Parts: sequence; structure tokens; C-alpha cells
Amino acid sequence: MFGQFDLSVIRDALPYLFAQGMVFTLTLTALAASGGLVLGTGLALLRLSGVPGLTHAAKLYVELMRALPLVLVIFWFYFLVPYLGAWAIGSDTPIQVGAFASALVTFTLFEAAYFSEIVRAGIQSIPKGQGAAARALGMSPAQAMRLVVLPQAMRNMLPLLLTQTIVLFQDTSLVYVLSLTDFLGAASKVAQRDGRLVEMYLFAALVYFAICFAASLLVRRLQARTAIVR
Amino acid sequence: MTYTWNWGIFFEPSPEGAGTYADMLLSGLAWTVATALCSWIIAFALGSVVGVMRTLPSRAANAVGAAYVEGFRNVPLLVQMFLWYFVLPELLPRDLGTAVKQMPDAPFYTAVLCLGFFTAARVAEQVRAGLRSLPRGQTQAALALGLTRAQTYRHVLLPNAYRIILPPLTSEFLNNLKNTSVALTIGLLELTARARAMQEFSFQVFEAFTAATLLYVALNLVVIAGATLLERRVAVPGGR
Amino acid sequence: MTSAPQPAEAGGPMIAIEAVSKWYGEVRVLTGCTTAVARGEVVVVCGPSGSGKSTLLKCVNALEPFQEGQITVDGTRVRDRATNLPRLRARVGMVFQHFELFPHLSVIDNLTLAPRKVLGRSRAAATQRGLDLLARVGLSAHAEKHPGQLSGGQQQRVAIARALAMDPVVMLFDEPTSALDPEMVGEVLDVMVELARDGMTMMVVTHEMGFARKVADRVVFMDRGEIVEDVAKDTFFDRPRSERAQQFLSKILAH
Repeated sequence: MFGQFDLSVIRDALPYLFAQGMVFTLTLTALAASGGLVLGTGLALLRLSGVPGLTHAAKLYVELMRALPLVLVIFWFYFLVPYLGAWAIGSDTPIQVGAFASALVTFTLFEAAYFSEIVRAGIQSIPKGQGAAARALGMSPAQAMRLVVLPQAMRNMLPLLLTQTIVLFQDTSLVYVLSLTDFLGAASKVAQRDGRLVEMYLFAALVYFAICFAASLLVRRLQARTAIVR
Repeated sequence: MTYTWNWGIFFEPSPEGAGTYADMLLSGLAWTVATALCSWIIAFALGSVVGVMRTLPSRAANAVGAAYVEGFRNVPLLVQMFLWYFVLPELLPRDLGTAVKQMPDAPFYTAVLCLGFFTAARVAEQVRAGLRSLPRGQTQAALALGLTRAQTYRHVLLPNAYRIILPPLTSEFLNNLKNTSVALTIGLLELTARARAMQEFSFQVFEAFTAATLLYVALNLVVIAGATLLERRVAVPGGR
Repeated sequence: MTSAPQPAEAGGPMIAIEAVSKWYGEVRVLTGCTTAVARGEVVVVCGPSGSGKSTLLKCVNALEPFQEGQITVDGTRVRDRATNLPRLRARVGMVFQHFELFPHLSVIDNLTLAPRKVLGRSRAAATQRGLDLLARVGLSAHAEKHPGQLSGGQQQRVAIARALAMDPVVMLFDEPTSALDPEMVGEVLDVMVELARDGMTMMVVTHEMGFARKVADRVVFMDRGEIVEDVAKDTFFDRPRSERAQQFLSKILAH
């Protein structure tokens, strides 16, 4: 009940919530977004490469990831990564992987599928003449892509990439299913310990809202500015 | 590698006593489908209302619609799930709150409401985009014939907008379907939860997850096939 | 001129426009426009683009709001909170530059939607009336087609039939031929000429001076949001008084 709403619970938990929880959430978001962008760009280039095997493999990967719930993917990798690690180093027994590393691998690989669709659309939005013009100047196809097409495409798709990163920031809360202490995990642990679910979950919602809303306003402003440039 | 495969596991009885592991996964699939369909009804109806509000001339309607979308879009689904499940009953009058908590299948109803309201915000954005893409003259022509604004939306604007946004609505439907798995955190025994339970009981983790994966892929394919059929059925002859 | 309540007399004008001014924010787009359309009269409104003629036309059925003055249609005041706008609009037919047929509905459904939903006619009655009107505009064979399957000229004829299906007391035309390929202008104008000869009250925004010469009773010439001339047809074409009208005519007739 609101009558018993206890703000001191939140105040006392602030250091734990932010120094531990939010730092974890932001670290995971930043690392997975960077890794996902690099991998996603690679996947997009494979899909556009026109090499039959590669194109199809990349497409299959992207479509599969996009067909599955993130929660299931989190569980998949939580159990799969130790075996993959063992296979990679030639060990006979599954290696020990921390939950954080497992989550990082999961979100990177999962987001790569979503980022790759944005990058692919971005590359396809650049007129074909741009690549042709670059090659006419003597650039190799790779140079044309890296120096001419990608920089233009990146500018076009920056707002979408950032929006997807906000989605990722929200999705990292799902590491709750691995009992990790991200921001929501921290709030949840305090909530259970002190029996203060109402305060802690409302506060968590408020913090997520403030961050995501502010970020989305910034993205919108950026979008308005880049729209004028083009 | 030390993993021992056992694909026969699906036909072994589950420790829950009722049927095999395969039955267990299939009952999870049924809950997933039921939750997805029920929440979609809310999402589609509410999302249409909010999307329409954002295209009305009234500033107040616009503001309410925008607040709804921003509110539900900027809080993680899992947090919203907890708010509906743990927080809302506490904020209700004591007797009602207790009754809600003791309701049978409470996770199911909670998940349906939560996903319905969450997805409505996304449907609203699509509906708004669809309505905005229609020529302004369509509204004027309908009003000029004496239709009220409500009739204009009902008979002219929405039928056209829905046709335009059918592809993005299909992906929102699929997102909603996948999002049902988040409800395992509040105890809904949907497909991912059942695969996880099968892994815990049998230790055949990869068989369980492979089966769940295949079922999700199959659901996706069914939805996409259905959307293609629907698209063909509602296509306008000589359409734009 | 008065904005006092006016009884719906059969003798009064069908449309009375009195000192209408309109602003978009700071920009004034109509300035003190005053004119009238008598029952059975055909008035052509012309003028250079951006002169406010379409805006004035859309003020008549309140598709565009205006801030000053009054418009009265068949005794009903347009700018009046008490006025039931849908009911008013149901009696005022309108034809748009870009046809604005409803693309998801068949031709006959385009014609029957408003009669059924607004006038409460039965589907059978509305369909019968719709088919009669399609015959009148020469499109009986196309009743079951969708707008996207028709040519521009055919679509505009359907749009005229759709407006007529409401049995309007007056018809407004907003540049009905300017979005058409030249070879289709004639078929639409023919329908409009016939309508005028049947005695329909019409207010027509158009550049088709041939149409004006043939059927207009009066011509209203607008420029920069003002009504510059409001005279009988012959006077306008033979002895335009204002320099602006002379320039406009010499430009448009040079084509």
C-alpha cells in the first residue's frame, strides 16, 4: 500500500543498485553492442557478398536468431558455451565459464543478428553508383565498401543502431534468469531480502524509464539533424 | 566432448507423472500459443485506439497516446511483468489484491495483460504510421460525405492503414509470440519454461532446447504462412 | 450584409459567403471574401495558384475552418457550434482534385457507403441508386471493379457519382480535371456540363475556361486571398475590369 511506502529502503540500497547493478548492466550493454555491431556488419557483408554458401549461412543464422525468444537463447548459450569452449581448446570436459561471460557471448551473438539487418538495409540504401564510382577511381571492392559505402551507410543507420542499443539495454534485464546481479537483479535481491517488492520494482521501472526515454529523445534529435544533412 | 545424446528421451515418462517429456513440451507450446493469441487481442484493440488517438486533431488525445507509448516502450518487459505480478496486487484494496494473488492460472492472466499492454504500444506506433501514410484527402473525402470522424476511421482510414502495415504487424505478432517466454519468470509454464524443466529433470539439455527451438521455428513459419495468405486475401484489386 | 440568423427560405441563396477571412497561424490566406451562389446557379471560381480559391471552397463545407465572417448553406450556418457538421456535409457534394475514392472498396461500395452509414438507407436501395448514377456517368460495367483498376477520368466520374448518391442540394468541385491526363478531361467535363444543364447548383474551382464559357452563370476571380471580380460570365470574358484578371485571362487563354 502507498501508505507504507518506504523510501529509505531505496535510499539505503542506492550504492548497491548503481555501483554493482547499473555498472553491470551498462558494461554488458556496451560490450555486447560493440561486439554485436562488428559481428553484425560482418554478417551483413556476408549476406551481400553474393557467394552462395556464405550468403545462405549468414541468412540462416540471422533468421534463426530472430525466430527464437531471447530467454531461450540465453539458456542455450549458458549450457552450450562450456562445450564450445572445450571443443575450441581441445579439452575433454566442458570448461568452466562464468555467467557473465556466458551472458556476454549470448547478447553479442543475439544482437549481431538484429544489427546485421540494420546494417544490410543501410548498405542497400546507398545508391549502387557510389560503389561503382569508387571502383572507377581504382579502388578494390573492399576499399570501395570500407571507404565509401560503409561510412555513408553508418550515418544513415546511426539512429536505428542507437535505438536497437536502447532495446538491448532493456533486454539485458533478462540475465535475471541466470540470477546475475544486473540493475534489475540487484533491485530484485534487495526486494526479496527486505520484503519490499513494491518500492524496489517501481523504482527500477522509474530508473529504466528515465534512462531509455532520455536516450530515445537524444536519438530523435540526432535523427532530425542527420535528416537535414542528407 | 563428453555429452551423451539420447534422442529417445522424449518418449520417456516425465517425473511429473502425467505423460512423456514430449507431452510436457507440447503442453508448454499450448500455453505459449494461448498466451500469444490472448495478449494479441488486447494489443491489437488497445494499440489501434492509441494509434488513432495520436492522429486525431485533439492535442489532449495526442498527449495521452504519446504518454502511453513512451511509458510502455521505455521500461523493460521483464520489469513490467514484475509490476503486474508483484506490485499491482499490493496497490489494490487488500481483499481484491489477495483474491488476485490466489487466482488459479494467475501467471497466465498476468502475462496476457502485461504482454497485451506492452505490445499495444508497439502496435500503436505501426497504426499511427499507417494512418499517417494515407493521403489527407481521404479524410476530407470521407468527412465531406457526411461521415463522422469515428465512421471515417472505421470505414475508410483503418481498413486502408491495416492493409499497409500488415507486414510490420506480422513481425510485432511474432515479437509478442517470442515475448511470452519472459513470463516464465512469473511461473507461466510456457514452452521455454518446459524445455528448461526437462533439462533439469533429465539432464538432456541439448535435446530439450533443440526441440523447443524447432517448435519456435515451426510457429514462426506457420505465422508467416498465415500472414502471406491473409495479405493475399485482403489485397485490393489494382491496388497501389 | 448581416450575420444575423437567417431562416431557411427557398428564396435565399444556396450559399452565402460573407466577409470570410482565414489565417494559417500568422499567414492570412483569405481576406474578407463575400459572394453568393443562387439556387440552380453555376459559379466558376478561378485565379492563379495559391490565390485561396480551393481554401474558400473547402470553407463552404467546413473542411477548412475560418476565423472571421460567416458562410450559410441552404440556411444553415457553417461556423456555428450548434451546427451538426456531418449533417450539413451530407447535403453538400464535393469532388476533389485527386478523386479520393476509397481504394479498398469496389466502385459500387464507394457509392453506397455514405448513403448507408449517414442516411441510413438499406443496402438494396443504396445499391439501386448507385447503379442508376453509374449508368448516368457511363460506368455501369465497372460497378464491381476497384478504383485502382480504373483510369483517372473514370475514377473522377465515379467520384462525381459518389457525391450525387447523397442527393446533395449543391455540388462543390475542387479543380476536378487538373490531375487528369489531357485526353480524359473531356469525359469529366461532359458529365459536369450535363449536371449543370439538369439544374444542379454548382460551385466549381477550375482553370477550364471552356467549361466556364459553356455553363457558368457567373465567374468569381480570386487573387492573393481576395475576391477581385465577381461578375456575370460574359462580362468576365469580354470586359474584365481588373488588370489582374486581364493578365490571368491572357495567360490561360494563350495555352
